[in-house]
This record gives sequence, C-alpha cells and structure tokens, in this order.
Amino acid sequence: MNFDLTDEQKAIQSLARDFAQNEVKPRAEEMDRDEAFPYDLVKKMAELGFMGLPFPEEYGGAGADTVSYALAVMEIARADASTAITMAAHVSLGATPFYLFGTEEQKQKYLVPLAQGKMLWGFGLTEPNAGSDAGNCQTKATLQNGSWVINGTKAFITNSGTDLSGGTTITAVTGTRSDGRPEISNIIVPQDAPGFSRSKKYKKMGWRASDTRELSFVDAKVPKENLLGPQGEGYKQFLTILDGGRISVAALSLGLAMGAYDEALQYSRDRVAFGKPISKFQAIQFKLVDMLMQIEHAKLMILKAAWEKDRGRDYVQTASLAKLYAAEVSHRVVNEAVQIHGGYGFMDEYPVSRMYRDQKINEIGEGTNEVQRLVIARLMGL
Amino acid sequence: MKIVVTVKLVPDPNAEKRIDTSTKRLVRTGVETVLNPYDEYALEAALQLKEKAGGDTTVTVFAMAPESLKETLRKALAMGADDAVLLSDPALEGSDVWATSYAMSHALKKIGFDLLIVGGLSDDGSTGATPGALAEYLQTPLVTNVRKADAEGNSLKLERETDTGYQTVAAPLPCAITTALTFGEPRYASLKGIMGAKKKTIAPLTVGDLGLDREVGVSGSKTALLAANPPAARGKGQVVEAADGATGAKAIFDFLKERKLV
Ligand SMILES: Cc1cc2nc3c(=O)[nH]c(=O)nc-3n(C[C@H](O)[C@H](O)[C@H](O)COP(=O)(O)OP(=O)(O)OC[C@H]3O[C@@H](n4cnc5c(N)ncnc54)[C@H](O)[C@@H]3O)c2cc1C
Ligand SMILES: Cc1cc2nc3c(=O)[nH]c(=O)nc-3n(C[C@H](O)[C@H](O)[C@H](O)COP(=O)(O)OP(=O)(O)OC[C@H]3O[C@@H](n4cnc5c(N)ncnc54)[C@H](O)[C@@H]3O)c2cc1C
Repeated sequence: MNFDLTDEQKAIQSLARDFAQNEVKPRAEEMDRDEAFPYDLVKKMAELGFMGLPFPEEYGGAGADTVSYALAVMEIARADASTAITMAAHVSLGATPFYLFGTEEQKQKYLVPLAQGKMLWGFGLTEPNAGSDAGNCQTKATLQNGSWVINGTKAFITNSGTDLSGGTTITAVTGTRSDGRPEISNIIVPQDAPGFSRSKKYKKMGWRASDTRELSFVDAKVPKENLLGPQGEGYKQFLTILDGGRISVAALSLGLAMGAYDEALQYSRDRVAFGKPISKFQAIQFKLVDMLMQIEHAKLMILKAAWEKDRGRDYVQTASLAKLYAAEVSHRVVNEAVQIHGGYGFMDEYPVSRMYRDQKINEIGEGTNEVQRLVIARLMGL
Repeated sequence: MKIVVTVKLVPDPNAEKRIDTSTKRLVRTGVETVLNPYDEYALEAALQLKEKAGGDTTVTVFAMAPESLKETLRKALAMGADDAVLLSDPALEGSDVWATSYAMSHALKKIGFDLLIVGGLSDDGSTGATPGALAEYLQTPLVTNVRKADAEGNSLKLERETDTGYQTVAAPLPCAITTALTFGEPRYASLKGIMGAKKKTIAPLTVGDLGLDREVGVSGSKTALLAANPPAARGKGQVVEAADGATGAKAIFDFLKERKLV
C-alpha cells in the first residue's frame, strides 16, 4: 500500500492551497456578509484550470485525476465553502453529465466552455416536492413539433442564475415506462430557452456567496436534440452523477472541518485564561486531538474512494461512506471549533462562526445523512 | 533570445528551522524544499519577457543542488519554464560562494545564454554575493535590482529600483541581471502547467561535465562556516498598566522616545 501522493497530486494540492489561502480566505467574510458571488475568483480559478480539473485536455480540462480533484476541493473549502461548492457543483454536477453522457457534438458545445470555466452550468434534480425522493419528479417534458415543451419547477439549484450561467440540465418525466412507472430523461435547458426563468437568489444560512435559485418552466421550449443520453435513462444517469459527486462533497465537508481546526488550533495557542494559553488545558487538548483524529480518518476514506475511482474500481460504497462520515465530522469539528473560541466564536468577525453556518448543508445536500445511510444499507444488501 | 534563470532550492521559509550543532547545517528532514522566493520573481521576469518577445525566446532554469531535490524544479517548469538543468555532484557539497559561483559559471557557459537572470538573495545562505561573482566569472555586465526590462534587438533597456526612485539603464546582450520584488508577483503554476511539466526535461550535469581547473566543495572553498546560531531569544516585554487609552498611548510614546525610536 502506498500513501504517498504523486508529485503531480502534491503540486495540485499546493497550488490549490496557495490560491485558497492567498486569494480566497481573505475574502470569505466579506463575501458571506454581502452574499456576493465571487466572479473574479471564478475567473482566476478558470484560468488556473480548476473549473475543468478532471476532464481530458481535448475537452478543455486539465486532465488531472480524482485524487487531485478531491485535494483541490478540500483546500478551497478550507478557505471558503461557498467558493468550493461553486467549483464542485460546476465540475461534478454541471459539467460531468456532458462528459459521461453527451454526444461528441454536445461535448464540444457544452463541456469545452464549461471545462475552460468560461460558462457555469447547473444540475436540476430537486423539486419543491421531490428531494430525497428525486425519482418522484413532477416536471414534465413532451415532444411537440420537434421541441421538448417543459413544465414544472426545480428547487435549490446551484450555479443556475449567475451572469456566467449558460443553463441547467434537468430531469423531467418524458413518458411512461412499460411497467407503468414514469420515464425520466435528462434535458439540456440553455438560459435563453423561452419559458425558462430563474427566481432571485434564496436567502441562505450558509454558502451565502454561492448561487442557489428556484427554476420555473412554463411551456419552456428546447430543441429535440437537447436530450442528454438516451430517452428514459435519466434516473440511472443521475444516480451515476450523484455517485461521483459524493467524493467532491465529502472533500468539501472535510475541507471545512480542516479550516475550522486550523482556526481552533491557532486560537487555543493565543487565548490566555487562568494565566496560560487554553491549549495547555487538557480539556482543550482532547478536543483538538479528537478533531484531528476525525479529520485524518475522513481524509483516508475520501482519498480511498477517489483512488478506487481513478482505477476504475467500484467506488460507490466507499464514496457514500466517505460523504456521510465527512459530513458528520464537519458537524462535530466545527461545533468544537466554536466551543474552543468561547464567546468570540459566536461573533461574525471570527471565521468559525461562518463555518458553523456553512457546515449544516453538508448533512443535507446531495443526499441527506439519512438517505446516505439508506443507500449504504442497500449496498450492504440489507 | 535564450534566457537562463538561476534558482536555488531552499528549505521552506515558512517552516520552523533547526540547525544541527554538530554539522552546522540546517536540518533538512521534515522540512520541504521549495524554490528560493527571490528566484520565483526572477522566473516571473523571464516569463514576462518571453511573453513579450514571443518567437523563439526560451526560458531555462538552472539549479545547483543535490540530485534528491530534482523534483522541486518541476514547479518552475509548471510555472512556464521550457526546461531545466540541474548540476549535482557530491564533490560540490560544502561549497562557499567562491566555489559555488565558479562551478555555476562553468555550467552556465556550457548551457549558454543571452540573458542571465539571478535572484537577489537566497533564503538560506543569504550572502547576496552570487550574482556579482557569477558576472565576474562569466565576464558579463551585471545590472542589479531590475524592476522592468525590455529587449530591443541586441540590447536591453532596464529600470533599476533605487531608494529614491528608479534609473533607466541600457545594457548589451549577453548580460546578467538581478530582479527587484517590484518586477511583479510570481504567477501560480496553472493545472495545465503542472500536467505539462512532467513531460519537460531536467537535464543533469555533474562536475565531470564542466572541465574545471580548480577544486570545488569544502576543499575548493576559501571561507568556512564555523557556527550558525539561532537569533538570541527575545527578552520578556514590558507591560504598561494604564488607566485609559490616552495614558497608555503616552506611556508607549515615552518608551519609544527614550530609545530614540520616534
Ligand atoms: C444550498 C443548496 C444547494 C443545493 N443545490 C442543488 C443542486 O444544485 N441541484 C439539485 O438538484 N439539488 C440541490 N439541492 C437540493 C438538495 O440536494 C436537497 O435539499 C436534498 O437532497 C434533500 O431534499 P429535500 O430538501 O427535499 O428534503 P426531504 O427529502 O424533504 O427530506 C426531509 C427530511 O426527511 C428525511 N427523509 C426523507 N426521506 C427519508 C427516508 N426515506 N427515510 C428516512 N428519512 C428520510 C431527510 O433525510 C430529511 O431529514 C441543494 C440544496 C441546498 C440547500
Ligand atoms: C547558513 C549558511 C551560511 C553561509 N554563509 C556563507 C558565507 O558567509 N560565505 C560564503 O561564501 N558562503 C556561505 N554559505 C554558502 C552559500 O550559501 C552557497 O555557496 C550558496 O550556494 C550561494 O550563496 P547564497 O546562498 O548566499 O546565495 P545568494 O548569493 O544570496 O543568492 C543570490 C542568488 O544566486 C542564485 N543562487 C545561489 N546559489 C544557487 C544555487 N546553488 N543554484 C542556483 N542558483 C543559486 C539564486 O538565484 C539566488 O537568488 C552559507 C550557506 C549557509 C546555508
């Protein structure tokens, strides 16, 4: 077994770390307060190649592996979760569907500018009445005169309404299967499709600098060829997309935990109580040890899942375990980081207060902790 | 134009460092090796010149360092250098500036250059003497502390940063310069650069390739490092109790004034 990163993985990790610490971290508080989408950071990340990190060079990507991708998301989330989800959702949910299921023409038209980071793209699965139960999709698309006519609503869609957003790929019911169940397909909806509109940004507790909107389709029209993959394959396709996405959201959770740990460690050395730094109290030391222990544990699971994926092995169970575990670790670590900060941790000017708010979504997005347990139980054959 | 940039491979300036009292050398275990920070500015200058000049301008990075540090040079290649040359030889161990710049100059002659860009100072040895010594051995003019450079045919137009402003200097090629930190922040290595760097070459050189007629290493050095000591620990600070901000400020001011610091 070899735990060493390759030189390339190390270089990507250190680039992501330098970029995140120098460019992202100093902005995190202000972006959170103003709910300001970081256009300039996205532009820089695009220039550096982060927005297309795992895609082949021929499609405008950097051609790096999943381990590098996980390491990069971790480092960016360590500085700011909003910036990290903007990148991770773009790569894993926005661009990946084109890479996995697109025709050559669709890859050229969509994947190339997405991988270059010139355009952002959303993935619209969740609906107001279909979240965990995403198969219960209510949005309908019917073929009329060579066009898909779409009606329905999507909820909580990341990257769907920025000035850079080119569109969203959505799941929609396109018919009835032979067994009587609804047939789901993925449809590519560009921003300028008639009948397609976005709400204002949601007001959120965390990830406040990321772009999340409700999408509505009122007789929205797109050409027939905007189907992604074969008709009726939508359900299978989104499950595959979510499987891969788990590695990056796990990395995002872990990065946040690492950032909170960094803050807590530093604070414990600086803060003096009863005549000594609080890091000298065993109660605080034990907290820091437990935080580090869980961080290291989650890191091993995430990198193992990424490593399996890079080798073409079945990584689904490892990735689900890693996603669930990292989400729960981020909850515990961020909580203790605030505790170590005492009253200051409750104040806006200390990063841990933002991290505390940013954390909660890790246990909800891309499969709640409960749904993750369901998925794993099913994989265990229970 | 062929640009060569010298980069020293130094222990991470941000890492906590320890000196082994018996060998008087820096303990390198557990400390990552990085490109000397000043040399990243030198490389940035070279890459900017290359972008401006276009055409057949190339940037080669050169380091004299143990073979084991070879991969550290990849970062320079990822930032955009075209290739690298690494001079390593056990015979070079313990070289002072006298011997280092002698060996380096022979290697640089062998590589050949129109423009040699040297960082102003290394983070570890910090003598700042290498650029001058190299120019002497190579018999090229040296323009130090350059903040802007333009190649015009067979000569360079340079701006030198000084305390009072800047000077404009003309120099012929071949020429050596050192860069000021105002030349521009070193760029990040892009992902594309990182992925491309593994295909670029790092050519090895050894002392045997150089045809030296003098010894290098400890025996070829004139100076000897007798001790490298950490700075004296700072004494305990003085705490001033003050009733309010104004009294506190006055106490601090008096303290500084007493020491003629204001
Ligand atoms: C900021 C943000 C960004 C998002 N971005 C996107 C995006 O880009 N694209 C997208 O498609 N979606 C996105 N989502 C949606 C997200 O994936 C869903 O919110 C999530 O899957 C949960 O669905 P729900 O909100 O409908 O909760 P529900 O499914 O209503 O769940 C409510 C509660 O019931 C529990 N529950 C549900 N079913 C079961 C069960 N069978 N057994 C046990 N417990 C159960 C859940 O675990 C949860 O605790 C985003 C959400 C947020 C908040
Ligand atoms: C703690 C310490 C103290 C030392 N003190 C002395 C001393 O007092 N006198 C003495 O003669 N030697 C001394 N040396 C040895 C000296 O560091 C080496 O000879 C060194 O290679 C050149 O000097 P410098 O590090 O001071 O570089 P500087 O002259 O400060 O470096 C200027 C530039 O020269 C280039 N450069 C320097 N070395 C290399 C290299 N190996 N490869 C590529 N480019 C390079 C870089 O571009 C660098 O930015 C000392 C070394 C150490 C570690």
